[in-house]
Amino acid sequence: MSKSVYKTLLDIISYAVLLFGALTMLIPFVWMISVSFRVPAQQFSRNIIPNPFTIQNYFDLFRDLPDEVFLYLTFNSFKISILTVIGQILTCAMAAFVFAVVKFKGRDFLFALLVATLMIPPQVSLIPNFIIFKYLGWIGTQLPLIVPAFWGGAFGTFLLRQYFLTIPRDLVDAARMDGASLFDIFWRVYLPLSKPAVAALSIFVFKDAWNDLLHPLVYLPTDMHKTTLTVGLAFFQQQLQLGGKFTVLMAGAFLSILPLLIIFFIAQKQFIEGVALSGVKR
Amino acid sequence: MDYGLKPLGREKLWLWLMLTPTLVGLVFGTVGSLLATLGLSLFDWDLINPPHWAGVENYVQLFENKDYIEAFVNTLKFSALYVPGVVILSLLVAILLNRKIRGVSFFRTVYFLPTVTSAVATALVWNMIYGKETGILNFVLERLGFAPVCWLCTDNAMMSVVIVNIWGAIGEGMIIFLAGLTAIPRDYYEAAMLDGANELQQFFSVTLPLITPSIFFQTLISAINAFQAYDYIYMLTRRGQGDSSVPVAVYSIYRNAFHFFRMGDASAQAIQLALLVAVFMAIMFWWERHYVVYE
Repeated sequence: MSKSVYKTLLDIISYAVLLFGALTMLIPFVWMISVSFRVPAQQFSRNIIPNPFTIQNYFDLFRDLPDEVFLYLTFNSFKISILTVIGQILTCAMAAFVFAVVKFKGRDFLFALLVATLMIPPQVSLIPNFIIFKYLGWIGTQLPLIVPAFWGGAFGTFLLRQYFLTIPRDLVDAARMDGASLFDIFWRVYLPLSKPAVAALSIFVFKDAWNDLLHPLVYLPTDMHKTTLTVGLAFFQQQLQLGGKFTVLMAGAFLSILPLLIIFFIAQKQFIEGVALSGVKR
Repeated sequence: MDYGLKPLGREKLWLWLMLTPTLVGLVFGTVGSLLATLGLSLFDWDLINPPHWAGVENYVQLFENKDYIEAFVNTLKFSALYVPGVVILSLLVAILLNRKIRGVSFFRTVYFLPTVTSAVATALVWNMIYGKETGILNFVLERLGFAPVCWLCTDNAMMSVVIVNIWGAIGEGMIIFLAGLTAIPRDYYEAAMLDGANELQQFFSVTLPLITPSIFFQTLISAINAFQAYDYIYMLTRRGQGDSSVPVAVYSIYRNAFHFFRMGDASAQAIQLALLVAVFMAIMFWWERHYVVYE
């Protein structure tokens, strides 16, 4: 009897703690959405329900910011993030296939070296990369954000290699019997069979590219027609706060997280897998 | 290891073609740039005039540079608050969710939201929440009878920034701990129950020892993230000239390299950051060998 009382007590405490935490997690999002539907005069009101309710801020975002800047920012974020996903998937998958399937001299050394680079903080590469890109004349263009996505990476390669290793070897032998080349085996056997891992990695890479602040800040800090949403929002924070238009700023913030929210609710499983696996990163 | 497919004839070429992007990445992205940063740290260079040989001078100066020392100490302080915060809170959430409670998937989704969304966007709203006169946090505090707090003033900014960073990281830790908790075989709990252990005793005798690999892992990841923390700090504490009210090491690197164009100093600081990560990892792996229980 006392045992069940004890359990009920623990249950109540659990729910109380979890609900309090959930509220803390949610309130910033609720507030963001709430402020974005208010009239500017109400921006600091403590009422959660906007009164009056307006969608004017979303129009202002596209109209009041000069030269359709917000459209450009959104387009740029999509463009850079999608290209980053394509680059990472292609180059990491090729390397992962070679490391997982092919036998050649120096394989184990090269793979160990690649994995060891996980320990190098990204800030260490930033300075020499900036110098190289500066001499190539790429500062102020989107190339420094896109090109490195096409030179592989330890995290993606490691993750895909682990998955490739679970694919039965008989498939390789059978494909060989049919006269398939190395690249055929990669392209027609391994890649199609690895959709779950590719999906998880794509989502993870997309999220990282979409949310990246440091790199676009270094390479594309000022031109609002070329840079990304993150840099744009950071810039507007200073601009709009001066004009006292938090309502428009929150509309921008909400639109900027919307694509990831949609992906998250559609593909929650892959999303969580990708982030759980990301533990291997960094 | 002796697994693997032998490349036939011209396939050797294909093999290296498929590896080329990765090799380029090793040369320009990681190994090469580590060496380049090491080299740059021995010069004074503003990217305009020719580089000047400085030897270890840049490293010696780090110990005399008040701004840098402040940034480095801030990074350590930040980590000392952030790492235990993330590990303990995300472990707590995972344990509560693992109690076969109703609405697990709802809670999991909600706790995970800040991990999905960009620090830039959520920092904008945190900035409003922290507002001294207008923020809802102070509004709630005043209603509860406390004095309002200037959350983002110099004295409190560190604490406020740590809170937001923890808020943004609990979801990720929760997932890692949930994976660790569900991997514990049920037999252990059944054996403990037969011995008459209640839920709390089971936690200390079964769960905690068997979850040490996840704790180790999450501590490692959180600390590496803490050493590199940047986004929220930039968004919540920046002032003019790349300055901040909570300058941390990454801030200092960024500022020296891209505001003042002191490539030598910035490189020396980046190397020191890499060393900090390396030393920390060495300590952690030593700790792992002695204290982490693997089945």
